[in-house]
Amino acid sequence: MSHDFLQMHLKAVISCLLIFLYKVHTTKAGQFFSSGHTNNWAVLVCTSRFWFNYRHVANTLSVYRSVKRLGIPDSHIVLMLADDMACNYRNPKPATVFSHKNMELNVYGDDVEVDYRGYEVTVENFLRVLTGRLPPSTPRSKRLLSDDRSNILIYLTGHGGNGFLKFQDSEEISNMELADAFEQMWQKRRYNELLFIIDTCQGASMYERFYSPNLMALASSQVGEDSLSHQPDLAIGVHLMDKYTFYLLEFLEEVHPASQANMNDLFKVCPQSQCVSTPGHRTDLFQRDPGSVLITDFFGSVRKVEITKDTINLTSPVEPPIQRSGSGDIQIESLTYVDQLPVAEIIHQKPKQKDWHPPDGFILGLWTLILLVFFQTYGIKHLKHIF
Amino acid sequence: MAAHRCGLSLVFILILSSLACPSSCDALEKANENTGEKQSVSDTPREVNTDGSIAAEDLNERQWQSTDVEADRSDGTKDSESFTAAARDQFQEELVIRPLHSGDIYASFQFRTLWDTDFLQERQKVSHYRLFPKSLGQVLSKFSVRELHISFTQGFWRTMQWGQPFIPSPPGAELWVWFHDTVSDVDGNWKELTNVLSGIFCASLNFIDLTNTVQPSASFKPLGLGNATDHRFLRYATLPREIVCTENLTPWKKLLPCGSKAGLSVLLKSEKLFHSSFHSQAVHIRPVCQDEQCTSKAWELRQTLNVVFDLYTSGQGKKEWSLFKMFSRTLTEACPLATSSKVYVDITDNPEGELFELSPATPLLSQAVVLGDRRTYSVFDLTRAEMFGQLRSLNLLLRWKGDTLTTQSDMLRPLLHAERYVAGFGLQTGEIHTVIYNNHPYRAFPVLLMDSVPWYLQLYIHTLTVTSKSRDNKPSYIHYQPAKDRHRPHLLEMLIQLPPHSMTEVTVQFERALLKWTEYTPDPNHGFYVGSSVVSALVPSMVAMNTNFTQDQPLFSSFVPVKEESSYFVRVYTEPLLVNLPTPDFSMPYNVICLTCTVVAVGYGSFYNLLTRTFQVDEPSLPLAKRLANLIRRIRGVPLLA
Repeated sequence: MSHDFLQMHLKAVISCLLIFLYKVHTTKAGQFFSSGHTNNWAVLVCTSRFWFNYRHVANTLSVYRSVKRLGIPDSHIVLMLADDMACNYRNPKPATVFSHKNMELNVYGDDVEVDYRGYEVTVENFLRVLTGRLPPSTPRSKRLLSDDRSNILIYLTGHGGNGFLKFQDSEEISNMELADAFEQMWQKRRYNELLFIIDTCQGASMYERFYSPNLMALASSQVGEDSLSHQPDLAIGVHLMDKYTFYLLEFLEEVHPASQANMNDLFKVCPQSQCVSTPGHRTDLFQRDPGSVLITDFFGSVRKVEITKDTINLTSPVEPPIQRSGSGDIQIESLTYVDQLPVAEIIHQKPKQKDWHPPDGFILGLWTLILLVFFQTYGIKHLKHIF
Repeated sequence: MAAHRCGLSLVFILILSSLACPSSCDALEKANENTGEKQSVSDTPREVNTDGSIAAEDLNERQWQSTDVEADRSDGTKDSESFTAAARDQFQEELVIRPLHSGDIYASFQFRTLWDTDFLQERQKVSHYRLFPKSLGQVLSKFSVRELHISFTQGFWRTMQWGQPFIPSPPGAELWVWFHDTVSDVDGNWKELTNVLSGIFCASLNFIDLTNTVQPSASFKPLGLGNATDHRFLRYATLPREIVCTENLTPWKKLLPCGSKAGLSVLLKSEKLFHSSFHSQAVHIRPVCQDEQCTSKAWELRQTLNVVFDLYTSGQGKKEWSLFKMFSRTLTEACPLATSSKVYVDITDNPEGELFELSPATPLLSQAVVLGDRRTYSVFDLTRAEMFGQLRSLNLLLRWKGDTLTTQSDMLRPLLHAERYVAGFGLQTGEIHTVIYNNHPYRAFPVLLMDSVPWYLQLYIHTLTVTSKSRDNKPSYIHYQPAKDRHRPHLLEMLIQLPPHSMTEVTVQFERALLKWTEYTPDPNHGFYVGSSVVSALVPSMVAMNTNFTQDQPLFSSFVPVKEESSYFVRVYTEPLLVNLPTPDFSMPYNVICLTCTVVAVGYGSFYNLLTRTFQVDEPSLPLAKRLANLIRRIRGVPLLA
């Protein structure tokens, strides 16, 4: 009896202590994690090939430009471009992709790193990047190395229809596949919150099947509507951007890392009067109030800076150990350059060793022996029912 | 040494024109205070400095400076440098500008980092990197790479108009690697290496797999030190369709010690570089001799970038070029980390300035034997502050005189030239023609032709013909490895002796294979590429080649080691081929028709068949032996067996 009482008492004391510790921690650490995420990632995909789809590449690059400007480094951006517009032979100004008329804004820039390009942009690769099921030798720059504290921005653009998005004009991803991929990401704890933006015809159909938590989705048009391109450029000869992303870019150009613009501002980015199509959004899976979610929670990068007033002494840079190896005189004879075209050596190369083959006479003899033994055993008379 | 030079020039300039010292001079002096031990080197360049002062007094008088003398001098500096063990790596940068007769201009950048360390040693891991890029160093040691050559090229080098490039490269991406002979799983290492490189250079090198990798038996000998030439450790692959753009240039620039911040690399702006007829960037890593005795190895990283600007698209048809016009930048300083930083302008065809005018004039001339020819260059040494003049910037100006370009329709006649095309019609068979020209008037020389053809072109090797001067030319060596469907490409290597002043034609017929429908690219009607064939040759040289392979030659003339004086090694790439394969119609109406027809044929067809067919019991047939016996019995007229 007394033993039980003692145990209960001890338990109470311990739990009290735990609660106290927890409170201390939440006040300090909770402040640090107030936004709920510690890192930002972006997956930006253009799924269209061919020169006349210039606008889709420009769409993707304009989002790339914005997230990079707002602080997400190249190592945290997975950029997929299905075709090369910048150095396309049809491009009158190579190494540029413009978003505005009269070549005003070059969204391609001089410092771009495209991770997946050309034929690499496939549904399979896209889903593998999202779910992290990539071959082991895949370099880090081609992986989405996010965790359960990551806010991920996923931007897709291309040609689509009701419930699908075309990749490279040869295959497509359906809205159910996409929803399942996000669910797999959630179960594998690959995101904290996810913002999905799609600029394609009937874009709203792509997010209607989503069922994983903490997803917010935006689309350029409702089911049954087309998304339209914005403006043609006479010098380049094609439409430069789609309407929705154009106004998105105009909006993002105003955003700076400390700005307080929130998601409600993003929903109003392209009213129907400008977009012609009706942009849609979906927030029912999202836990927080969109009005309290900053644009920079997804388009910017977390930078927690701690300022110290202590003086730190930096030691002199490390001198590599001097290793004048005495092996110099040993190797003298061995180091020479190879003859680049050793004609004599090539001609007199030993013929390739063939696999061993028994000599022809041996095989002939063997067959004779077999026939001989056969006729010795059975004789010719056993074949009389034929002859 | 920069400080002394700066100081002297400061005094000199003060006397002459009472100008203030450039601000860059201060910066250099400050930088030098930190590296005090380098001052032991500073004595030698004084002579050069007096050259400079004389030059300033009389700009028209030219002074000859042979590279040999310069080499000797820098030898002295090298020895003194080697005592200060800190500087075990060094960096050099160089730009060569060659005005082409077509009115175009050829600019070739070379950046070289030398480091005497050994990545392949098992005992100690190399972890302290200074000038050598760490990303590449780690790759070398992880995959036991002995030599690595990678190039990305857009456009085709027109040998007939532009002559030979310093370092040739085929259109698209090319990668060849010699692995160390301790590697057991070469294919596995190769696969991983291509994946890693695709991450480093933002390129689709991960498309290199067994179906486009070959192991040439005689081409692509190692360019660096070493005597092992077992081709099992060599892998070679090209991706002729690879696009090259800013995303490849950005990581390439980041490998340079100065990035794109200072030195020659400030000129590398993508908007200009890709607005050109030809653009090629490459990385070559190999072990080279550390010194002249060649007792120990040093690793050499050579980054090259070649670009040809077109007279009409970049030059607006005016026959004048300047650094600013080409690169939209001028030079303001050398890379502070570089031991030498030079700009060479090829003035061989222009000894007295009759063809074009070069300003600012430089008193320094240099001669180098390159590609079998003795060329003369004007040298601009960027480590000398007075190079930049009062404006503190160097903008080379090159103006062609009068109508000297009227002969631009004339083709050059390079000694060796090759081209290739596909002949035939229809979508079933075809023929590959490779034409190799020897334009030497009286010398025959051997070439090694290497062709790697993807498996979906099935070569008929019995149709291979080699003819020169309409006579059969039997190759003295043929190595042919047939393709295996979906596993490996064809590899054809031939050693052919080219008769003097001749045209040699190699033809082989092929049949196009049918692909599975998932194997077609998203744009199959564009066609499928076949990589360039490679012609390696020992071309007789006009002048004696410099067999003394030291590091102190200018970079552009010291890439390929020269073994004999009478000939030089050169590699020529032909055009890649674009071949149409029989392609099904992937469009939606076609698929709908196919699907409906299948349903009709299978569903309705089998049903109709069932309804109209009559069924009978079939008599069991005799065994084969009895039927044969009956056949004979029937002939003999004997009663048949039942």
